Amino acid sequence: MKRHFLAPPRLSLRFFPIWRRHFLVWRKVAVTSVLGHLADPVIYLVGLGYGLGSLLPTMNGMSYMTFLAAGTVCYSTMNSASFEALYSSFARMHEQRTWEAILNTPVTLDDVVLAEILWAASKSLLSGTAVLLVVWLLGLSHSALSLWLIPLALLVGLCFAALGLIMTALAPSYDFFMYYFTLVITPMMLLCGVFFPVAQLPGFWQGVAAALPLTHAIDIARPLLRDEFPSGMLLHVAVLCSYAIAGMYLSLVLLRRRLSK
Amino acid sequence: MSPAILAENLHKSYGGQKVVDGISLSINKGECFGLLGPNGAGKTTTLRLLLGLSEPDSGTINLMGQAVPQHAREARVRVGVVPQMDNLDPDFTVAENLLVYGRYFGMQDKEIRARIPMLLEFANLTHKRDVKIPTLSGGMKRRLTLARALVHDPDVIFLDEPTTGLDPQARHLIWQRLRELIARGKTLLLTTHFMDEAERLCHRLAVLDHGRIIAQDTPPALIAQYIEPQVVEVFGEQAQAWAHAHAAHYTGRFEVSGETAFCYVTDAEPLLAHLKQQPGLRFLHRPANLEDVFLKLTGREMRE
Repeated sequence: MKRHFLAPPRLSLRFFPIWRRHFLVWRKVAVTSVLGHLADPVIYLVGLGYGLGSLLPTMNGMSYMTFLAAGTVCYSTMNSASFEALYSSFARMHEQRTWEAILNTPVTLDDVVLAEILWAASKSLLSGTAVLLVVWLLGLSHSALSLWLIPLALLVGLCFAALGLIMTALAPSYDFFMYYFTLVITPMMLLCGVFFPVAQLPGFWQGVAAALPLTHAIDIARPLLRDEFPSGMLLHVAVLCSYAIAGMYLSLVLLRRRLSK
Repeated sequence: MSPAILAENLHKSYGGQKVVDGISLSINKGECFGLLGPNGAGKTTTLRLLLGLSEPDSGTINLMGQAVPQHAREARVRVGVVPQMDNLDPDFTVAENLLVYGRYFGMQDKEIRARIPMLLEFANLTHKRDVKIPTLSGGMKRRLTLARALVHDPDVIFLDEPTTGLDPQARHLIWQRLRELIARGKTLLLTTHFMDEAERLCHRLAVLDHGRIIAQDTPPALIAQYIEPQVVEVFGEQAQAWAHAHAAHYTGRFEVSGETAFCYVTDAEPLLAHLKQQPGLRFLHRPANLEDVFLKLTGREMRE
């Protein structure tokens, strides 16, 4: 590993035209994109919420559907950042050579990486907010505190965008991303308290869950939807920020190495 | 006047293989300079080093007065790049491609929009303004890529094999446009493996092989220095047998490649008189060109 690959990121406002480029592309397909991002979480929320929920007792004083709502907001946020940072970023880096075109201008790879992460996080913000709207419309939360899920969606987006970009930096082809989804994203959905409380897991797996970012996102979101202030808020935010910062740095180092060839 | 591009003793290795092995270049402002070389000679890597996209293992670079890679960002403000492979944005129209690209240079939308009609005219794409990229022909895409490289009115333009894969009509149009840019005083650095392209456009050339510059001069000077002025190509089934029996008698130097014998001579008359007596052979008498120099310097074997 060469020394200049490890240099700290040099961030600049030059990232913004790249973010705008992604936004302009997205705007052309905005309606289908939003509907696509909304369909999956809403089907899960309504399907499992009504179906499974009718068989279950209330959980800590809330209906199963209310319990599920917080997890759904968080995992749909996680998914949209992950898809963007994996498939779309890879297309721009590898297939379309968009990055190559951009890097010939006074823009650096550091700017490109920052733009990719912020763009993926922007899509998370959008899908998180869209699911939150559905949660409100279904009457699953009446709390003003639930508005805090909007900045939370952005933070979760930054976290998973940065982690996803590490995979993109390592990926030889699109097939590689299947491993990330089956070995990282899906287990996280099952371990981090989307569908059932982490406390139901055996002790060892509770420890694993405590280290995973989605757990901390849900630990913030769930009380907020119930109009309660989350306990251990500082720790949860710190964990999410750490994943985001470490992920961004690692993805940048790996991308510097990959693109220097 | 300081040179537009100055590189001294550049070295770059990938995985133990020397790709650039001691290249020095000095390219004047307003000059069209060609980097010629077979595949894998180090042309594209040299361009990447000069642009600051890759760090040299050793050596120094100055691009438009800026030290590269330290100040590559500032240097690239005044440089336009036409890459080897098209990387236009397929989701955008022709005009949107120019608009979005201009923003990367920090230009205001108003400023870019004011330049778009002129750029489209330069690229003969005015009628395609609102068309999406996948519907354009290869030649149109190249022209748009050239127009995109000019969006910020750069002083220096890097072109990596600008006409590879184009048909003759499209190629001639690109050449015409590049000559217009030279006439406007732009500095051009182009890589190519088309000798006619280099001969038509470039004021000076460097021939690269195995990461080194093996010859550097104006096209006529390279021809005068490295090769006899006349070439007689002899071809046909018997060319090989004829060459081995007689060529040495008429020519100081000859090469046989497949069914063609290339005879390099100062005075072609005795050879031509002899060939006219040989009914089984066909021949072509022509002045020596850059391709003869290139093949002499880099050899005839395939590079893959």
